[in-house]
Amino acid sequence: MIVDVFSMLLLIGGGAFVFIGGLGALRMPDFYTRLHAASLTDSMGMILVLSGVVLQAGFSLATLKLLVIFVFLMLTSPTATYALANAAHLAGLAPRLGGSDDTGAE
Amino acid sequence: MFYAAAIAILITMALALARALLGPTVYDRVLAVNMFGTKTVLLLTVVAFLYGRPDFLDLALTYALINFIGVLAVLEFIQNHGLRQRGQDTGGGRP
Repeated sequence: MIVDVFSMLLLIGGGAFVFIGGLGALRMPDFYTRLHAASLTDSMGMILVLSGVVLQAGFSLATLKLLVIFVFLMLTSPTATYALANAAHLAGLAPRLGGSDDTGAE
Repeated sequence: MFYAAAIAILITMALALARALLGPTVYDRVLAVNMFGTKTVLLLTVVAFLYGRPDFLDLALTYALINFIGVLAVLEFIQNHGLRQRGQDTGGGRP
């Protein structure tokens, strides 16, 4: 029973984090800020959702698979974010400094 | 509660798809596609327990592998393409 409540809280929190990440990736004014919003809330939402599902799965083979998915996503998601930011920086995409421009600031 | 998480993930996938369609630079599109892939892994994980079919976890694991390799391959392609384009511009435009 308590496990169910914890799992529900984790799943709803993860859903909220995932949704905020998607909203930030759509609404932020710059590429680097979009990357920041997407990657940060992406990893946090992933942790919360997978933790909630693990609590529901109990002690079985599914939990092992979920842990493997967790470890793999924790390794690859920051790597992909770093590679993306590095490629954009090397290609000369400058971050937007200052707030005088009005693109996406409404 | 699985329904709430699945619906939130589906809405986020729609938002990521919108960013991929109207992103100004190509890096925005790659970012959106990467996010879409990660959300697909999460959605497969939630759906596996929503419908009581743990086989979907294997699909989620495979999709995570494919997504990571795909994003790195696309980034490598874009980098080489940009370098080639720049070399052609400086070579042909200003002798």
